[in-house]
Amino acid sequence: MSDEKNIFSRAEEFMQLFKKGADFTQDLLKENERLRFKIVQLEEKNKVASTSDSGTDDKLVTELNKKLQTLEQELQKLHHRHKEVEAENQDFANRYLEVQNENNHLANLYIASFQLHSTLDSREVLQVVMEIIINLIGAEIFGILLLDEKTNELTAVSTEGVDREEIPLIRLGVGIMGGVAKSGENFFVEEIKPFDKFDPQTPIVCIPLKIKDHVIGVIVIYKLLQQKSKFTELDYELFSLLAGHAATAIFSSRLYSESERKLSTIQGFINFLTK
Amino acid sequence: MAYRILIVDDSPTMRQLLAFAVKRLAGVEVQEAADGLDGYKKLASGKFDLVLLDINMPVMDGLKLVSIIRGNPDYKDIPIVMVTTEGGKEDREKALSLGANAYLTKPVQAPHVLSVVKELLKIA
Repeated sequence: MSDEKNIFSRAEEFMQLFKKGADFTQDLLKENERLRFKIVQLEEKNKVASTSDSGTDDKLVTELNKKLQTLEQELQKLHHRHKEVEAENQDFANRYLEVQNENNHLANLYIASFQLHSTLDSREVLQVVMEIIINLIGAEIFGILLLDEKTNELTAVSTEGVDREEIPLIRLGVGIMGGVAKSGENFFVEEIKPFDKFDPQTPIVCIPLKIKDHVIGVIVIYKLLQQKSKFTELDYELFSLLAGHAATAIFSSRLYSESERKLSTIQGFINFLTK
Repeated sequence: MAYRILIVDDSPTMRQLLAFAVKRLAGVEVQEAADGLDGYKKLASGKFDLVLLDINMPVMDGLKLVSIIRGNPDYKDIPIVMVTTEGGKEDREKALSLGANAYLTKPVQAPHVLSVVKELLKIA
């Protein structure tokens, strides 16, 4: 009986042990299942995470590319602007030279004009015209001829490098000088050839002295100074100035001289009467 | 620094043109003389840093004045710039041998005069 009890007790123990083992196995299986599930979850997470990382990189690369493109565009713009600024700079430098040149031209013209109107003495006015032609234009042989409206002839009143008598009376409309006096148009030779000998009928330049459209005489140039081979832009401006201002100055000074003479005569007559 | 420049030319137009050119330099004072003798008198009346001198003038010509200036120890170092219509080689050589420092032929342009004057006055 006791043996039987003993066997049952041992069987009971064994059963309990077996049950514990079964429970333990069950737990292990559960744990295994849980861990597998966890692994799957982690793998999923990892997958998702790895997928999302690559997306961020792509985004970053795209953004960086965009920024690079923007920077390249800005660089291009800056290059373009730099070229524009350089061109502007060059333009300003050229403009500065032009302005400086223009300033010199204007100074010459102002001085010539100032001197022409600085006196009412007809001899001094002629002297100033001569000075301008020598010093500012650079002529060596030239003359000033005035028109006698009664005889329609041009007479040399002042000359340089040649005697006045060497320039004959010129009929209005005859030859280069007569033609210039009649038409009121400037005359310039196309090409200045080396000076051979003086010929009063073949000037290189002939400028009419005009008050509006009324010609009172001409300036005639036969030869330039040896260091001067051609006319400059300033010379043509000086010729234009002389055509108008010299004419006015000569005409005004002549009128003034005449009025002075008349005034002196009248004054003498009044003095005679009131004695 | 102020500079005193003497312009000797019988042409008022040239004197005005040269004065216009050199007055672009800051502090330049200009005196004018109408012939060589007048120039010499003006030179004696004050200290000058440079002379701009024509050749063909009444009373005393420019070459004579150059000789006188260079013969006087008080003025021998004053720079002289000839400004003349005489463009011949002989005239140039004569003026330079007498002691002129530079030789410019008319018609002159203001910037050219100015650059020569600046060089002789050692102005940067």
